[in-house]
Amino acid sequence: MTITSPVPSAASTDPGVFLSVEDLRVHFPTDDGLVKSVDGLTFDLRRGEILGIVGESGSGKSVTAQAILGLHKGSKAKISGHIWLDGQDLVPASEDDMRAVRGSEIAMIFQDPLSSLHPFYTIGNQISEAYRVHNKVSGRDARKRTIEMLEKVGIPNAAARYSDYPHQFSGGMRQRAMIAMALICEPKLLIADEPTTALDVTVQAQILELIKELRNELNSAVILITHDLGVVAETCDHVVVMYGGQAVEKGPVADLFDVPEMPYTWGLLSSMPRMDRVRQTRLTPIPGSPPSLIQVPKGCVFNPRCRFSDRVEGNRCFTVHPDLLPTAPGHEVRCHIDPEERRQILLTEIRPNL
Amino acid sequence: MTTETAAVPASPAAPGAPLLEVTDVRKHFPGRSVGLLGRRSNPVKAVDGVSFTVHQGETIGLVGESGCGKSTTGRVVSKLIEPTSGSIRYEGRELAGLRPGQMRPLRREIQMIFQDPYSSLNPRHTIGTIVGSPFHIQRTKPEGGVKKAVQGLMERVGLNPEHYNRYPHEFSGGQRQRIGIARALALRPKLIVCDEPVSALDVSVQAQVVNLLEDLQSEFGLAYLFIAHDLSVVRHISDRVVVMYLGKVMETTDRDTLYESPMHPYTHALLSAVPIPDPTVESRRERILLTGDLPSPSNPPSGCVFHTRCPKYRTQLSETERERCRSEEPVLEEKRPGQSVYCHFAEARTDLIDGEADLPTTSGLRETRPRSAA
Amino acid sequence: MIRFIIYRLLGAIVVIWIVSVVTFLIFQAVPLLSHTNPVYFYTGKVPFKPGSPQLKALTHRFGFDLPLYAQYWHYLSGILFGQTITDGVSVPIKCPAPCFGYSFRQNELVGTLIAQAVPVSLSLIVGSAILWLVGGVSVGTISGLRPGSAIDRIGMTGSLAAVSLPIFFTGPVLLLIFEYTLGWLPDVSYAPITQNPVQWLRSMILPWVSLAFLFAALYARLTRSNMLETMSEDYIRTARAKGLDRRTVVIKHGLRAALTPIVTIFGIDVGTLVGTTVITENVFNLRGLGFLTISSIQQQDLPIILGVTIVAAVALVVANFVVDILYAVVDPRVTV
Repeated sequence: MTITSPVPSAASTDPGVFLSVEDLRVHFPTDDGLVKSVDGLTFDLRRGEILGIVGESGSGKSVTAQAILGLHKGSKAKISGHIWLDGQDLVPASEDDMRAVRGSEIAMIFQDPLSSLHPFYTIGNQISEAYRVHNKVSGRDARKRTIEMLEKVGIPNAAARYSDYPHQFSGGMRQRAMIAMALICEPKLLIADEPTTALDVTVQAQILELIKELRNELNSAVILITHDLGVVAETCDHVVVMYGGQAVEKGPVADLFDVPEMPYTWGLLSSMPRMDRVRQTRLTPIPGSPPSLIQVPKGCVFNPRCRFSDRVEGNRCFTVHPDLLPTAPGHEVRCHIDPEERRQILLTEIRPNL
Repeated sequence: MTTETAAVPASPAAPGAPLLEVTDVRKHFPGRSVGLLGRRSNPVKAVDGVSFTVHQGETIGLVGESGCGKSTTGRVVSKLIEPTSGSIRYEGRELAGLRPGQMRPLRREIQMIFQDPYSSLNPRHTIGTIVGSPFHIQRTKPEGGVKKAVQGLMERVGLNPEHYNRYPHEFSGGQRQRIGIARALALRPKLIVCDEPVSALDVSVQAQVVNLLEDLQSEFGLAYLFIAHDLSVVRHISDRVVVMYLGKVMETTDRDTLYESPMHPYTHALLSAVPIPDPTVESRRERILLTGDLPSPSNPPSGCVFHTRCPKYRTQLSETERERCRSEEPVLEEKRPGQSVYCHFAEARTDLIDGEADLPTTSGLRETRPRSAA
Repeated sequence: MIRFIIYRLLGAIVVIWIVSVVTFLIFQAVPLLSHTNPVYFYTGKVPFKPGSPQLKALTHRFGFDLPLYAQYWHYLSGILFGQTITDGVSVPIKCPAPCFGYSFRQNELVGTLIAQAVPVSLSLIVGSAILWLVGGVSVGTISGLRPGSAIDRIGMTGSLAAVSLPIFFTGPVLLLIFEYTLGWLPDVSYAPITQNPVQWLRSMILPWVSLAFLFAALYARLTRSNMLETMSEDYIRTARAKGLDRRTVVIKHGLRAALTPIVTIFGIDVGTLVGTTVITENVFNLRGLGFLTISSIQQQDLPIILGVTIVAAVALVVANFVVDILYAVVDPRVTV
């Protein structure tokens, strides 16, 4: 991710940028109305970087991932904006073009490795299938390559486990197998959608370690979607905080944890109990619940839950939709509060309670 | 195979006789039957000799990886399932072996809250019916009628009493968990077994529910057996913590000791694996990775059940010491006052959370919150 | 796997044995409860006065005065090893295994009657099963892949209509159209496939269609809902994320999972139909097992009813056994 000017620019401005998402919108028409799952999302990603997308359920983070992979093609979803991958725009690409990209250029791993693997086929079969779609090789070679990958992701006795079915693997081993499947064609972009949410912390640590190692080895770009700020701090280089289908804060990981400026980010940070801080008497939750994506609040999406909307003159939080504006190099915030005042609030009201 | 019941001293917040005393409880599920003659494979030792006590008004955290037996322990304690052996004494009364009829009057005192607020509520019943059902099951008439009592409960847990006639699907995840809590509260229990009550909730909502649980605890003097895999939440809510692995207690002590200077290598691995939302701290912490998979609870390793995955066994012990781990099962014993550990080579570590052995905040970590229930 | 098959086989044998005991007891109970001499149900007449020594002798010859277990053993050993049947009047009849007894009203061995009926029933069931499986599954798959499309709506409305139409309506209507009005199938009398395959085919087409009509509709709806569910599974998303083409995603990953439960139902349905295609056989005048069942019930011809019951039960158990094995082959999660 790079410094993005307020006006969304084409990917070509920075040659290092590998994936550039520009004003992405994913809307689903339903009987109850138009669900605006993703509404104007912009971010850039370079090779070798891990970008974290954080948000609660319904914030649009998984929909974003699936849109990048073009998985909504053929459904009723309305997608606009641009997804530049190495100079090619994936939004208008046909299903056939996307198919060539999926698995070879962009690969994805999912939250629940058990349900994401087909119960009727062996692990080896499913992984080598992913290899053979994009590479004209014999069954033997695909098998050899699959076993190599299984070894690489740390599955002991890989040759023997090739013929095992998913239900014969443990949760952590299944996620390793999913990673092997995702990386077998050495994709340039790996999207991991809550890859460790269904796993124990001890296994989570192993899987995150593995993703980092493989990123270093293949120099892939990684999008890590999670709701866990701890996972972000541990793994990511850059972060996008999503709320109600929009990015509300973006920045380098150090900035986001050191000098967060968006009240929603403050809310997330202060609502989680932390092992590394003095034990608080009470947690500080964000009041209320996430917004409806059909009737998105007017003005700032976060206004119904924001404690600081009285710090903005003229009721603008409720009438004017704030832009995502830079506050420091690479750090952007979507908030009407004056940046100086935001830093002041952080210092005096937020930081002491973190 | 026997585990000595190490005396875990009561936390200072809870003097007097324990509310619940669990001693050497085992729950073995029969193995899969093989063939027509019904030969069975080895039993699954889901819980294998667990002991702990819960005092009135306190919270015991029960942590461990999935498959460690913590949920089964919760179910045994609330008598949803009968233990294979061992004793569960509630206010001095033995619960193990009680028939459902004898258990019924005690059921109102021990309630349960479940993880999944979606599947634990009957979708065809209104909130009024769900929250009021304990009254009907126990055939008690609250003062002022069931409806009034239910609306009072709904208000107490932060639900709008006017939503009495709504159905579970009309509520969000956090609100559904509140419904579950209201139902558990209906009969004024003294102990609530909370099985992963906030794991399915978003962080911001999770904090709301955790606060609610704490408020209710002070107000009604409730004791919680809080089963969770999230060690940060457990640290926030618990007075004492029990760490389980493969059906056995690895370590048990008060909260501050457990998080500041844990002694069992498994506790070390667990704590080091929890990511801290601070990149600076993260970069200097040591991450202790466990290798391999959880062994089968029907065929646990010899000696210390943890030795097959133990980082200490792998990297720090001599061959004679390892031999001891493989052949002799450790006993859960008090290594330091109030800290019982199941390990031959237990050793305290203080650098797991912030990556530094001695931090100025350590004294701050000691701070405890006031407790009205005590 | 072999152990699994052996266990299932043993289980199937036990079930068949229990069925034989239960049917035997039920048919013992009928004479007792209706206060009729069992001889009546076997011969269609009671040739001697009640209480007369001749009747006693006859009862003795049939073995009806023996203890129950002895009678059962006689019956079972007949099925297993064959026996010689005699009413004490006519010439004794050799009845080779599997011997289900002798129908004195039809003057024919029950086994022979069943053996004549089975090919007719099997022709009907197998033919229509293929029709409904192919038809139902393809309509259901297409509908399930494009829910809400025109094809889906036509398919589902059609199948709803088909489910609601009973065979005794569709059968005669088909006959009316194709045999009498259009005259395409002037002679639909049954001929065994071994003797005249063309006539066999001609005679079976309408019965196949009318029986398959109902089942195809059920299978189309079932396949559609399974397909809808399967296509929203996570592993389908994984398959797409790999970059597989739609055909592979649908057929290799989708259909395989969607059809697995249908295999079970198909086996049971086919098994159940043996001996129960009464209406179809009657409408089209096919002398199959269903026809035999109904006529023997009308005539209170107990040996035939007993024989057909056991044959039908065996068919169902065999179908179940085959389904179990198939399921274990298809779904690796089934513990073998």
